[in-house]
Amino acid sequence: MARPAVLPIGRAHGLRWCAGILLLVLAAPLAYAINLPPLTGRVVDQANVIPAVSRAALETKLKDLEDKSGIQLVVATVTSLQDNDIETFANALFRHWKLGEAKKNNGVLLLVAPKERKVRIEVGYGLEGTLTDALSNVIITGAIVPRFKVNDYAGGIERGIDGIISVLTTDASEWRQRAKARNDEQQPVFDRLMPLILLALLVFILRFMMTHARPDPRGRRRYLGPAVFLPYGGSSWGGSSGWGSGGGFSGGGGFSGGGGSSGGGGASGSW
Amino acid sequence: MSSISRLRTFVAILCLGLSVAGCGYNIIPTLEEQAKARWGDVQNQYQRRADLIPNLVATVQGYAKQEKDVLTSVVEARAKATQTKVDASQLTDPDKLKQFQDAQNQLSGALGRLLAITENYPDLKSNANFLALQSQLEGTENRISVARRDYIEAVRAYNTSLRTFPTVLWAKTVFSGSKPMAEFTAAEGAQTPPQVKF
Repeated sequence: MARPAVLPIGRAHGLRWCAGILLLVLAAPLAYAINLPPLTGRVVDQANVIPAVSRAALETKLKDLEDKSGIQLVVATVTSLQDNDIETFANALFRHWKLGEAKKNNGVLLLVAPKERKVRIEVGYGLEGTLTDALSNVIITGAIVPRFKVNDYAGGIERGIDGIISVLTTDASEWRQRAKARNDEQQPVFDRLMPLILLALLVFILRFMMTHARPDPRGRRRYLGPAVFLPYGGSSWGGSSGWGSGGGFSGGGGFSGGGGSSGGGGASGSW
Repeated sequence: MSSISRLRTFVAILCLGLSVAGCGYNIIPTLEEQAKARWGDVQNQYQRRADLIPNLVATVQGYAKQEKDVLTSVVEARAKATQTKVDASQLTDPDKLKQFQDAQNQLSGALGRLLAITENYPDLKSNANFLALQSQLEGTENRISVARRDYIEAVRAYNTSLRTFPTVLWAKTVFSGSKPMAEFTAAEGAQTPPQVKF
């Protein structure tokens, strides 16, 4: 569970740890030691237990749910939990995929580990009030586990998803109130960016002044200003912050998490 | 000539700006606030567990009155645990954190014993209310472990920033009041959350 870059602290290696801290701070997605599968769609069937027909049906249901309510519900089956308990693995996977919108944290993950015979519903912060631990447990013990026991994975997952969707869609007014934004994680990103934005502005103004102080075209040509001003690789911010209202999947095909997080809500079961 | 000196000024300003922004004037306060917020989460989740207990005790009492000792020990441990609070400003004091942890561990132990005796009461175990409480308790224990993990990570990042270049420059000057925060001490036997089995 440790982040590899910054564990041993030594003053002598100043610059390297400077880079380490920056990496730690800017690359917000947690670098878990667990090997997590990529989010390829709404159904990630790594363990290969869902037939194509059920998969298509599931994907339609999940997409409908998101179109209606904004909730990102994702099904994942994994070949192995890599010696973690399913709670740890589900939480790591949920946070890695950032399910749900960043401000609402309205994501749900149904994780199935056929090898370890474990299943978990991991609920994003924003939905904990609706899809409670008790309800998640009822869905697992009532709808999922009986079918998993007879090796009907697709059937169990479908019933489980039906149960989750019905819980999530029956009392919409309540969960909207409870889905409070966890803003504390958003603000610091902006704080960190602020000096850079100011600096970029300053550079822009300076450049503007320099180029306009010398109307002579040859003088202008000689000056090669910084074309791109993003010292630490801009890509790590855009991806992690998730300021937008969630998904980036409206276009076509591509599916990605919206920046949501979870803190261990939900329930687990085994069969 | 003048264009070169202008370029020099430009580069100097750029470097200065870069060093201030890049070398993290903001990093220490940001990490400190994040660690405090994570501590808030930890306390919330422990509080959530404490809130579940009266209901749990009442339910168990209905079926297992004779288990008075265990029930009282849970109630007492809960009272002690809810009294022991650690304010965000006291996080730099390892003793405070240890007290908090000890009180919560005691409650975990008492809860574990309570759940163990429920095995002897089949009627209780099939009670819907009890099952719901059990799953809530299980979920809360899991939330506690997530919140603790997040807190430990946040403290680690903050403490590292106090001791490493370049943020150590800020830590020694502008933020000289910033002290490293305490992490949870190593897990003892009593610390493992009660196993809730169905």
